[in-house]
Amino acid sequence: MAVNKRETIAKNIARYFHDGDFVNLGVGIPTLSANYIPEGTEIILHAESGFAGQDGAITPPWDVNDREACDRELNNPKWADKENGWKIGHKDICDASGNLAILSKGASCFDSVVSFMMARGGHLDATVLGGLQVDEEGNLANWMVPGKNIPGMGGAMDLVSGAKKVIVAMEHNAKDGAPKVLKKCVFPLTAINCVSVLVTDICIIEFIDGKMTVVAMAPGMTKEELQKRTEATIHFADKIDVMDIVEE
Amino acid sequence: MNKVVDIRTAIDKIKSGDKVAVGGFGNVGGPMNLLYELEKHPEINHLTTISEDFQMSETPYNQGFTGLLLNGQIDEIVVSFFGHKKAQAKVDAGEVKLTLIPQGTLAERLRAAGAGLGGFYTPTGVGTVVEEGKETKVINGKKYLLELPLKANVALVKAYKADRMGNAVFAYTAQNFNTAMATAADIVILECEKLVENGEIVPDQVQLPGVFVDYVVHCEEVHY
Repeated sequence: MAVNKRETIAKNIARYFHDGDFVNLGVGIPTLSANYIPEGTEIILHAESGFAGQDGAITPPWDVNDREACDRELNNPKWADKENGWKIGHKDICDASGNLAILSKGASCFDSVVSFMMARGGHLDATVLGGLQVDEEGNLANWMVPGKNIPGMGGAMDLVSGAKKVIVAMEHNAKDGAPKVLKKCVFPLTAINCVSVLVTDICIIEFIDGKMTVVAMAPGMTKEELQKRTEATIHFADKIDVMDIVEE
Repeated sequence: MNKVVDIRTAIDKIKSGDKVAVGGFGNVGGPMNLLYELEKHPEINHLTTISEDFQMSETPYNQGFTGLLLNGQIDEIVVSFFGHKKAQAKVDAGEVKLTLIPQGTLAERLRAAGAGLGGFYTPTGVGTVVEEGKETKVINGKKYLLELPLKANVALVKAYKADRMGNAVFAYTAQNFNTAMATAADIVILECEKLVENGEIVPDQVQLPGVFVDYVVHCEEVHY
């Protein structure tokens, strides 16, 4: 049975969510982690587009570009139920990717200035975002591949500059096997010394006293193989957990 | 007091060479009708646009910056996120200058302009390309960058509801950059879906006070 790398990473990120946390999830794998929030744990999701309290489903389960489907679904009692009130999608609610989103009960909306006060000002318990490269110093590169089109950094630099915990979701190696956990990032940086936790498909690394410390590995993974697939010098915690795996 | 004008009168306030701050996040809260009217006046050009992203689509009345860009009305794009092939081609060809600003820094630079501040120190961008050429300062052991206010000549913003004095209310997340843009510009043109009489908006529910707004244009609701 093959491992679903993205879902595996997403599931292992969710172990860092605590009840009551205020968390920003970036696009891609971080968004998937909302599906693995443990039962009984309630977290409030921040969307930099301007709200706190995004429904765990993240994007509506209909084609948001299909106007007829939106109209139909927004009148669907499942989403627009007056009693459950706030669980609604609307053309004027978008997530950080600009996609139509659903507010959860008790959500609040605010403008972009306030949204980034939350990000920079240490009001987020965690921000989870994708990575291209992470290095020994906790530097993160995630917004630009040199030579390719530059989409812009969006809110990533602000989010990592203030969140209490920065969790990076990234496949451990590139498609050609090249390491992405490096001694020194090569791609342009998003921020320096910012990464708290790195979750890959084969291990979880925490930065403890400034050192890359492996705290969990995928079942069957050995220290030797992990070091071989990693350019950075890694250290190992006394007790190493076994990661949860999601199969294809 | 009545700031309501027709859309043509409002757009005539924009001069060639102006810096135009445009509200919205993606299509949400974007002044689509004002942008659509502006592209009908290609004689207004050499514009610098300031916006969260550079939203482009093919749908009439909802195409964001598409027409302005293809008409050659824009000389410079200031955004935090950018990702459209047609726009990228113009940048690659050197026809349009692109300036990228981290999203929170963009919001705060607009706020600083609107708040009369000379700038602010932010941790965002320290140690990255964003730091290049900027003054830095260590405060309580932490390094910060000096960012300067970003002022516009005109702001185009969009509210759900406004009265004739320009007091405005936004729907859900559509407030986004609209308030910051409105405070940072000399002339503020507000597009609203719903126009009400003065006094009909409960004072403590006003999100953008009318004192920031110069012109109100009542437009058809745009479906994204």
